[in-house]
Amino acid sequence: MDLINFEATELRLGLPGTIDDLPETKPAQNYPVNTNKRSSSEMDSSITDENDSSRSPPPSKAQVVGWPPVRSYRKNVLQVSKTKSEVGSGIYVKVSMDGAPYLRKVDLKVYKNYGELTKGLQEMFKCIIGLYSEREGYKSEHAPTYEDKDGDWMLVGDVPWDMFLTSCRRIRIMRGCEVMES
Amino acid sequence: MKLLQQSMDPNQKRAKAVDRVDSVDTGVASFDSTRMCPFPDEVLERVLSLIDSHKDRSSVSLVCKDWYNAERWSRRHVFIGNCYSVSPEIVAARFPRIRSVTLKGKPRFSDFNLVPEYWGADVHPWLSVFATAYPFLEELRLKRMAVSDESLEFLATNFQGFKALSLLSCDGFSTDGLKAIATHCKNLTELDIHENGMDDLGGHWLNCFPESLTTLQVLNFASLNSEVSFESLEKLISRNKSLRVLKVNRNISLDQLQKLLLQAPQLSELGTGTFMQELISCPITDLKTTFSNCKNLVTISGLWDATSLYLPVIYPACVNLTFLNLSYATLRSGELSNLLQHCKSLRRLWLLDTVGDKGLEAVGAHCPLLEELRVFPADPFDQEVFLGVTESGFVSVSEGCPKLRYVLYFCRQMTNAAVATIARNCPDFTHFRLCIMNPGQPDYLTKQPMDEAFGSIVKTCPNLQRLAVSGQLTDRTFEYIGKYSKKLETLSVAFAGSSDLGMEYVLGGCPKLRKLEIRDCPFGNGALLSGLTKYESMRSLWMSACNVTMNGCKVLAKERPRLNVEVMKDEGGDGSEAHKVYVYRTVAGPRRDAPPFVLTL
Repeated sequence: MDLINFEATELRLGLPGTIDDLPETKPAQNYPVNTNKRSSSEMDSSITDENDSSRSPPPSKAQVVGWPPVRSYRKNVLQVSKTKSEVGSGIYVKVSMDGAPYLRKVDLKVYKNYGELTKGLQEMFKCIIGLYSEREGYKSEHAPTYEDKDGDWMLVGDVPWDMFLTSCRRIRIMRGCEVMES
Repeated sequence: MKLLQQSMDPNQKRAKAVDRVDSVDTGVASFDSTRMCPFPDEVLERVLSLIDSHKDRSSVSLVCKDWYNAERWSRRHVFIGNCYSVSPEIVAARFPRIRSVTLKGKPRFSDFNLVPEYWGADVHPWLSVFATAYPFLEELRLKRMAVSDESLEFLATNFQGFKALSLLSCDGFSTDGLKAIATHCKNLTELDIHENGMDDLGGHWLNCFPESLTTLQVLNFASLNSEVSFESLEKLISRNKSLRVLKVNRNISLDQLQKLLLQAPQLSELGTGTFMQELISCPITDLKTTFSNCKNLVTISGLWDATSLYLPVIYPACVNLTFLNLSYATLRSGELSNLLQHCKSLRRLWLLDTVGDKGLEAVGAHCPLLEELRVFPADPFDQEVFLGVTESGFVSVSEGCPKLRYVLYFCRQMTNAAVATIARNCPDFTHFRLCIMNPGQPDYLTKQPMDEAFGSIVKTCPNLQRLAVSGQLTDRTFEYIGKYSKKLETLSVAFAGSSDLGMEYVLGGCPKLRKLEIRDCPFGNGALLSGLTKYESMRSLWMSACNVTMNGCKVLAKERPRLNVEVMKDEGGDGSEAHKVYVYRTVAGPRRDAPPFVLTL
């Protein structure tokens, strides 16, 4: 296929960080438009084959200019959003476990609640944290704690999840006797 | 005095009306004119000044000469749906006292890059005429027009009382033009900049609003990307107490939004900035309280990057919301469901398909008053990643929202049976725009064409005004459309039909058809010419990548001199094919500003 036409068709996947796709430029600059005839005629030939009611599907969307009919502005904006979420506007915190040789990092945004977080931590460190109870905390050998905005070490699970997300600075999975003593 | 019931094309009929009046006047003139118009002109004008709808005004102007004159003197707002259907001189000659103009330019498919750059629709010739004819012009609303910074400066400096500017899908200007507007328009009430192809050179334009400006009611810069000075913005908001619509851009943080809302609790429409912030200085409860203090909020948009983390702060405001635009928030079904439980009054909802069918189930469950739903694709070009929404989600909504009138739905699979169910559940559809994103895709279960789907819509929904079809469609779809949709005004067709018959069915039926846009369909000259007698009653016809030739277009142009038949020349091809055809009625004759690649036949 004609390379010039291919670039001119706007249906490319923007790579993260591609400046060209930012919405402030006029669409015309990104997408020179005297194009698409070749690609449309490809579409045409597949459609005008009227005799074949179960005709093969037309060429892939990537060849068609202006389809699906989504405005340039919206396409550009979503591209930027996608890039941002790929690059990560997540909440990354360090996680340490007593005795582990190195720390890990988790994106708290990935989890919807404490249960998912605990599961994730258990898998990551191959430990058992178990269930949280308000009165007794965690009955297992490992207790997840976190350092909050004030620098205090708190037990994970006491405050509402959303509040935890905003105040958690780092996580430490405490082990064994220290847990029992507290 | 019986008013004409139907709206007629004023331009076409005007000559006839004058003819008719002339023939009456050759009778006993004074008796006739008394009989026809017992009121003094001033009274009639006063009465007519209460009529706003431009369709009604067209009807009024056709009654008789006196009414025509009274109407033209009393008209304050003129709506021009196609800037080339009339010239600014003609408009100025007919309507001497206009204060507000709405002007639309390029064909709609220019939104999808099917119209080359520099095609036209330049607003400047209009402004030049208006500067003389309407020096007291107050409002200008432009859609798909080419607008330069020079034009914006001209506007700002030549119309002393200018108040309201709205630019939607326009292109050719930059933030420098906005600077001119902000600097010179001392009585500005509205600056609405919406999804244009513009150059954003920085946020300094906001600083150009003078300290003396206190009349602002509408400020929308959501689609601009550069950071503005928050200090300037905050001061602007605090001194413009009549502000009811504020839509900020993504750079405005939650902390900043909090401060703005404290200054403007009277807002009725809010477009937020980013709704995610790692470290927020004010507690979430403060934000929530601030939102609950905005008692007039009926519309919320923006919500960029919103997640369940901060969405709850808008819950107190949700109870009164009638329009929620989440089409820039990549929400999942759970987040949406939690949010919608608070939005019982919702009439209009825009979403991204990231919410999935499960999210749409929540819509059906929580929003019984919903009238409008738009679901946009988050990833229009990559179907590997995420399926989006399917026929099942649409059916769920139709079950819970029987009042649905307007739907725009992008999906990757659909069935005839589902659409039939949807039509049964929601017979009040006025706007049905279904986009199955893979061109020419059949019913994914039965492998049949999607003819019956659209058939069921047109058969079941008598009020259908706008229809966009997609999927694999034979001529049968168009047979149904032509036969059943009596009120259809706008039809969009892509990658559909089997032969000329398809288009002929539509042109032979659909008595109210005004706009027909077709791309990549096997319709040729026969189809084009079958509409010979119809095009003058329509606003426009667009055909691209069909089977029309130059000869066919020439025949049309010859037979119908009051139409402009324009062909956009293409680079390739042998010149006999007409790849892009744009046909529209006009009283202004052929374009005088056509670029070299536009041939008027």
